[in-house]
Amino acid sequence: MMKRDECFRILARHITDEAVVATYSSAVDWVNVSPRPLNYLSIGAMGLDSSHGLGLALGRPDKRVVVLQGDGSLLMNLGSLVTIAAVAPKNLVHFVAHNETYEANGGHPIPNKKVDFAAMARSAGYAATYDFSDLRMFEQQVAHVLEQDGPVFATLHVEPSKPLTYDYASLYDPKKRKAFKEAWNS
Amino acid sequence: MDAPAKAAETAPRRLNGAGIIAAIKASGIEYILSVPDIVTSAGLLAPIAHDKDLRLIRVCKEDECIGIAAGLAYCDKRALILIQHTGFLDSINAIRGVAVEYKQPICMMIGLLQHAPDVAPRQSPRYGVRIVEPILDDMGIAHHLVSVDGDVAQIKPAIDKAYAESHPVAFLIGRSPS
Repeated sequence: MMKRDECFRILARHITDEAVVATYSSAVDWVNVSPRPLNYLSIGAMGLDSSHGLGLALGRPDKRVVVLQGDGSLLMNLGSLVTIAAVAPKNLVHFVAHNETYEANGGHPIPNKKVDFAAMARSAGYAATYDFSDLRMFEQQVAHVLEQDGPVFATLHVEPSKPLTYDYASLYDPKKRKAFKEAWNS
Repeated sequence: MDAPAKAAETAPRRLNGAGIIAAIKASGIEYILSVPDIVTSAGLLAPIAHDKDLRLIRVCKEDECIGIAAGLAYCDKRALILIQHTGFLDSINAIRGVAVEYKQPICMMIGLLQHAPDVAPRQSPRYGVRIVEPILDDMGIAHHLVSVDGDVAQIKPAIDKAYAESHPVAFLIGRSPS
């Protein structure tokens, strides 16, 4: 089992001008690792991360989009796997941090901890799927995951974090949405 | 009653789908995001699916449309969400967060399922139809009833305004377009 923030530190070394869509615990960890205007954090409703990512990928096929979704969030929008696979954006990489809990809502378990998200993405029709539970393996393969034609899906099996501080006012600051749009369209 | 008014009253009450699609295109819409709706199925969704000027994205559940449309808006791309009022009701939290609180130009065309076209939606015997306009009002979302051809002219200015001012708008389709 890996730690989410450790995975994100490795991921951050490979991120340049991609939009990174993240929410809740993943957003907190990602922003701590990599604060940047191209972070897209205002999702508005749990589960919509992957759909926002699809919209960004469709609108700018010349750029790449990385989604950092939680397992509870993806469970609320499983249909988006099918929609994304059908649209088949080559520029979308979709990670799910599988910590088996609704971490931002008290750490309660998801309904079935053993759910296989990578298998779901594969059967939905993603171009490539991965399942990482070893940090060294993730470090070795992350560059390939990010650069290949999508839609690409990768499960990150991670431990629940120590209690995080959720500064929603900062995460959802309208100035950040404005900064994102300016950076994304520059 | 003067002659023009009488003529208008006796004119056939109909809604032409081709006119709506023309208005959608004139509004700069590139993407249609949809879950099928029986009210608009034959008159709008079916022709849109074959229209080379519009890209149809079929989604599994209506709230996906809200996120996709927002992402597209950040790319300065215009989208129209074509759904049934049941899907609108199911998507309220996404609309609340993205469209209203984040002030995104989410444009929705909502078929009123099992609605009698010549009855005002607020007077509908169908509970699900009757609550749509009051919910939109409470959420502060501009809305327009499109039941006859004369209503179609509202579409382009309302979409232009939504994108210019970055706020949501809803068109309620009160009659199956032909």
